[in-house]
Amino acid sequence: MSSHTPPPVLNEDDCPGFNRGYRLQHDRVREQWVIQAPERALLADPIAVAILQELDGKTRIGTVIDRLAERYEAPREQIATDVLTLLSDLTEKRILRS
Amino acid sequence: MSETPHDGRTDGAGHTPAPMSLLAELTHRCPLSCPYCSNPVELERKAQELGTEDWLRVLEEAAEMGVLQVHFSGGEPMARPDLYTLIAHAHKLNLYTNLITSGVLITPQTMKRLDESGLDHVQLSFQDTDGPEADRLSDFPQVQPRKLEAARLITQAGIPLTLNFVLQKANISRIPAMFTLARQLDAQRVEMAHTQYYGWALKNRAALLPSRTQLEEASRYVAAEEAKGGLAIDYVTPDYYAARPKPCMGGWGQRFLNISPSGHVLPCHAAETIPSLTFDNVRDHALSHIWYHSRAFTLFRGTDWMPEPCASCARKEIDWGGCRCQALALLGDATQTDPVCSLSPHRHLIDDAIAEAEQTQDQTFIYRRMGHRPA
Ligand code: SF4
Ligand code: SF4
Repeated sequence: MSSHTPPPVLNEDDCPGFNRGYRLQHDRVREQWVIQAPERALLADPIAVAILQELDGKTRIGTVIDRLAERYEAPREQIATDVLTLLSDLTEKRILRS
Repeated sequence: MSETPHDGRTDGAGHTPAPMSLLAELTHRCPLSCPYCSNPVELERKAQELGTEDWLRVLEEAAEMGVLQVHFSGGEPMARPDLYTLIAHAHKLNLYTNLITSGVLITPQTMKRLDESGLDHVQLSFQDTDGPEADRLSDFPQVQPRKLEAARLITQAGIPLTLNFVLQKANISRIPAMFTLARQLDAQRVEMAHTQYYGWALKNRAALLPSRTQLEEASRYVAAEEAKGGLAIDYVTPDYYAARPKPCMGGWGQRFLNISPSGHVLPCHAAETIPSLTFDNVRDHALSHIWYHSRAFTLFRGTDWMPEPCASCARKEIDWGGCRCQALALLGDATQTDPVCSLSPHRHLIDDAIAEAEQTQDQTFIYRRMGHRPA
């Protein structure tokens, strides 16, 4: 039996970015944002888009949370939960690397 | 997030969505000869193939229309020396580029060129995990070591890899080994695709179609592997054992288009089997004109063409009446309900084929060849 890596839990010091073969892209014709992925394009909701646009593989998640909390004038704690949940999920799916 | 972006803008003439995905069949040439090849039985020759300039223009038109992903396929797309130019151009147009390959032409040199052209993903096909069996199926000596080396080079370049196994009666028992191989090779996805029976595979159906017991065995292996996690599994169940047909590519002319090596634009890769259809060519017409207006696309688009029992069925916009090519291949009439559907008056043809395959032990194949004429 092969052992499996537990679901990655990201923290605010991680600097995730898209893995090769995955990217956020504006679909001009359908006026929507998608995550391009092998054999499929995932529809990205506006919250995911706002978060993913901040990623460059160098910026700390903590910094991303600060920026979004300021931009949307929302409680930092709530933004932090949304951001870490989404980014952990996408890292587990190998869409992002940390 | 959901998997299916909405259908997009129409052309004003109706509710026709823009295409999402383009299968670019660059050539029918292939060093392998699989007896379930999805290419048409009458293969197009090199002299008929579109040139580089035509393909570059087609990619631009596709991006302009709203295509998001391009799948470079064949035959073996790596038999085309301009493949790298085409991938680089698609990449520049922000199209997602996928290479569907047998892997036998992947070397450190060609891999470097694929990498530099900006390729997003590779789908590598496997016949089996067993070397001699893979040679027998592909009719190509020592095919497996070359595929394994190709997989190693792809993951080493950091390009996400999907393994595609075509399932048939002789390799079902090795599904667990296929998953083990996928994990060893660090593939992100694995496609377990039962053979689809038209074209070459229909000629070999009795030798390929698994029994119901084997199918249940396959489903158990897949469920056990899914429970482990860490590997995306795309399992395509054989429609012969289902009560309802598979949706035809999200509906005929709804999401998908296919361009043949000579430039014919098809709603489905097997559409050329339908004798009553003629296909417009990208040498003569703009791609958008063909998508929105050509008869090959409008004929089975939507639900107006449907006969009973589909016309009054609640599932008609779910499975779109099933596969037109299968209706043609088995009933001689592409406008009928897919005979896989248990509501079709012809379902017994499928059950007869299952019974025949269960009686057929030996595997003597008709291998795909250039110049073979249908019997
Ligand atoms: S199925 Fe086999 S013969 Fe057909 S294109 Fe693929 S590798 Fe070549
Ligand atoms: S009758 Fe037609 S629409 Fe209804 S399930 Fe069967 S194939 Fe699908």
